[in-house]
Amino acid sequence: MTRVMGRPDRFRTFLKRTVDEVTKLGVDSIPLVIIISLFIGAVMTIQMQLNISSPLIPSYSTGLATREIILLEFSNSILCLILAGKVGSNIASEIGTMRVTEQIDALDIMGINSANFLVLPKVVGFLIFMPVLVLFCIFTSFLGGVFIAAFTDLIPLNQFIYGIQTMFQEWYVWYGLIKSLFFSVIITSVASFYGYYVKGGSLDVGKASTNAVVASSILILFADVILTKLLLQ
Amino acid sequence: MIEIKNLVKAFDGKTILHDISCTFETGKTNLIIGQSGSGKTVMLKSMVGLITPDRGEILFDGRNQLTMSSSERKQLRTEIGMLFQGSALFDSETVLGNVMFPLRMFSGMSAAEIKERAQFCLERVKLKGADDKYPSEISGGMQKRVAIARAIALNPKYLFCDEPNSGLDPRTSIVIDELLTDITHEYNITTVINTHDMNSVLGIGENIIFLNRGHREWVGDMHKIYHTSNEALNTFVFANDLFQKVKAYVLSNEKPYPPTN
Repeated sequence: MTRVMGRPDRFRTFLKRTVDEVTKLGVDSIPLVIIISLFIGAVMTIQMQLNISSPLIPSYSTGLATREIILLEFSNSILCLILAGKVGSNIASEIGTMRVTEQIDALDIMGINSANFLVLPKVVGFLIFMPVLVLFCIFTSFLGGVFIAAFTDLIPLNQFIYGIQTMFQEWYVWYGLIKSLFFSVIITSVASFYGYYVKGGSLDVGKASTNAVVASSILILFADVILTKLLLQ
Repeated sequence: MIEIKNLVKAFDGKTILHDISCTFETGKTNLIIGQSGSGKTVMLKSMVGLITPDRGEILFDGRNQLTMSSSERKQLRTEIGMLFQGSALFDSETVLGNVMFPLRMFSGMSAAEIKERAQFCLERVKLKGADDKYPSEISGGMQKRVAIARAIALNPKYLFCDEPNSGLDPRTSIVIDELLTDITHEYNITTVINTHDMNSVLGIGENIIFLNRGHREWVGDMHKIYHTSNEALNTFVFANDLFQKVKAYVLSNEKPYPPTN
């Protein structure tokens, strides 16, 4: 960790690599985030409406409950569990392949701090872009719900939108963003660790990739409990 | 010149290098040979700093690699070029990008100078027209040449090669051997080659160190090797009929092999 967090050998190279990682880990994840959020937002709205529709409960409750779930859990914790699969396996296999093909040794022999050179841009790049992914997730999840309200007769559109807007607590958005920042560091650092310390061949790179996803998912769940306790109580 | 004194390395209680002492001379192709598991790779990796030995000294022109400060070690590493068994080219960089990489990191040159130097190195290894290709798009022999170009980009004083002919056809192996010899002589580099390719041993071995089960058993050159009485070395180098015939030819005619014009 000390080697990773050290001062980069060349700051311009570090900046260029960080921008590359923002593109590779962040921007390239946008389509996946949009697709998943759109469908989960739609499904959540349908299920919420079916489960809480009652003459005693106001019809805007569906929008309100959907919003709370999206803001509090789906757009950060669940999204990061999904991204742990995509981004985590990508990082672990990339760095792991570099290890078994001696590319990391080549960096070390050149006198480059390979841990810092390879890992820090990934951690920083994903950390920078994570809030953008969370905001994309929130917006498209709501959009999924709006589609259901607009194109089915399950819930009136104006009631759904009213539900989304009513009793809104800004802190919940910040809460989700803060959690996602912690989760992004967990995903990139755990995956990098598993990739960096691979020994063996391609089979071991595959194992490291799987282990990275499992370990980061478990750590995200643990961190979720702790952060929720700290931030919401 | 690189001197190794009393080098010892053990893994999990099993000693791989037993008190090795030897010298690698400047301007010569120095070969470390031996069977698989004899400790060649451990010795080479100890010399470049990828493995820390348990005991001994590794002196680069009098500077002990094992006791120097981190800044001295960083400086030393800019003087080292290394050719890996699998080339170890960066997949995400083009051929030109791979050669430019160490120059971008350490040379302090302008972008134009870096490109010019990288292209010169690629021309030096006789590789033209592949600048924009990625490592996966070129042959194994070309990858080795790119790796050599990258290794010499910063004008190293020491060049280490781990099995440079591994996976190459005999003709390409000869080309790589000739290239390494030419570069060694041209730039007066201390070149250390880890190999078990007998063509290399008999063709370019100006200083040969034979390791057997972690012990330094024999030191000599490609001419003396025909006259050795070391049984392990004879068994290792002249293992097949062809090389036995070569040995018989050399000893009966007292002519060097390969024949010179």
